[in-house]
Amino acid sequence: MAPRTTFNYEMEGLQKEITEMANASRAAFEKAVRMITDGDLSLREEVRALDRHVYELNERIDEHCLDIIALHSPVASDLRLISACLKMVEDLNRFGRYATDIAELIDDFEEGKAFKRFESLRSMSCLVVGMVDDAIYSFLQRDAEKASHLHERDDAVDSLYDTIFREILTYMMEDPRKITVGIDLILVARYMERVADHACNIGEYVYHMVTGERLDPKLRTGASERPPRGIFEHPNPRTELDLK
Amino acid sequence: MTIAIRTDDLHVYFDKNHALKGVSMDIEMNQVTAVIGPSGCGKSTFIRCINRMNDLIPGCTVKGKVLVDGMDINDDDVDVVDVRRRIGMVFQKPNPFPKSIYENVAYGPRLHGVVETGNGKGRRRKHTKRELDEIVEHSLRRAALWDEVKDRMDKSGTSLSGGQQQRLCIARTLAVDPEIILFDEPCSALDPIATAKIEDLLVDLKKDYTVVIVTHNMQQAARISDRTAFFYLGDLIEMGDTKQIFERPQKEFTEQYITGRMG
Repeated sequence: MAPRTTFNYEMEGLQKEITEMANASRAAFEKAVRMITDGDLSLREEVRALDRHVYELNERIDEHCLDIIALHSPVASDLRLISACLKMVEDLNRFGRYATDIAELIDDFEEGKAFKRFESLRSMSCLVVGMVDDAIYSFLQRDAEKASHLHERDDAVDSLYDTIFREILTYMMEDPRKITVGIDLILVARYMERVADHACNIGEYVYHMVTGERLDPKLRTGASERPPRGIFEHPNPRTELDLK
Repeated sequence: MTIAIRTDDLHVYFDKNHALKGVSMDIEMNQVTAVIGPSGCGKSTFIRCINRMNDLIPGCTVKGKVLVDGMDINDDDVDVVDVRRRIGMVFQKPNPFPKSIYENVAYGPRLHGVVETGNGKGRRRKHTKRELDEIVEHSLRRAALWDEVKDRMDKSGTSLSGGQQQRLCIARTLAVDPEIILFDEPCSALDPIATAKIEDLLVDLKKDYTVVIVTHNMQQAARISDRTAFFYLGDLIEMGDTKQIFERPQKEFTEQYITGRMG
């Protein structure tokens, strides 16, 4: 009999669960993004169902990790994998939550037509879906190199968010009837920006899981070094926009 | 950090069996160093070299140096009895003498006597009864056993529970005022409560002694040691801070062993 058969069985089970959760949360976010880019509102129910599934998996994996720690006392790479899983489930769960939030906003909003007009939002969505894919891929393939580069793309996402914010703010100032729509659009952009941050978090866990080292803080350039900003707080209201 | 024990290219042979293959290692003073590895890897052989216990095994040959305080304990002019006083050892199974609790602890000091200071400097004499009483009480207190046995010192050491017997053996070792204490799987015959008491004691003892422990229980090594050495087939594969060994070992062999995939 191979050593630690039960432990290996549990670890394989955990990896299957986390893979399933990663795929489900990725699918939820990708479908929410398609509601924006394609205006396909029929995907809304699928997004909600996937989010519920992601939440269930979050609970299950959390419990499974604690069981393995309590019963098998994992160390070294096994412990790092479990540590990564325990943290990753929170980020994957956020993918699902933000996907649902985006789907709900689009639902409220004239069949999503207004979203389609914003090219920068479409660009941002492509970038963020790519980051989610790479975060999940880096975990599944134990690719520390790919994981370490996610922060660089997060800077581009943050820049796009700033651009979208200013763009929408301008529309709202031009026509106050667009304020409700504008706020919804800003929220969508904000949710996507947060998803990119969570993808970066996953990259950090994967890097530690694979190498045993923490990602060099110097690699975390851009937004992650800036203090968090409130949703409606403009980056630099006095200098970049004339509010008078 | 001061080095308490240094081994340099240490080889041990049991007849033709090459049991230790050139182990060079520094063991730091006032630290707990754990030695781990699968059965037959040479970890017990290694610690038995530190106080020349292998001398007692027929067919055993030791080559290389074991330096304690800069002195090679394998030199011909070294007093092996004094080496074993300075470097005490506690074994897997508690082995109290079939004597009273008091006599178990007093036996060593009585045998070694006390070195005179002052006018009779350097001469050995017998301890007085009062001195022996003090040593016995101090040793039993240091071994966290005093409160449990102080009212029955004349009872046989073998009448104690397994965990108490092991602490009695530790007290017996402490009574001769060692600098280093070697533990060869001291908890393998004990229940979890007795094990926890011994583990607490080991961590406490490192304030005054250098502790080296051989253990098969990796969680025990992780819990109580500052440094961990991993042996495999007579080779020292890896040695480092315990946290590093159990969180991110540098060698694949170590990783496989501590994660239970080998050994």
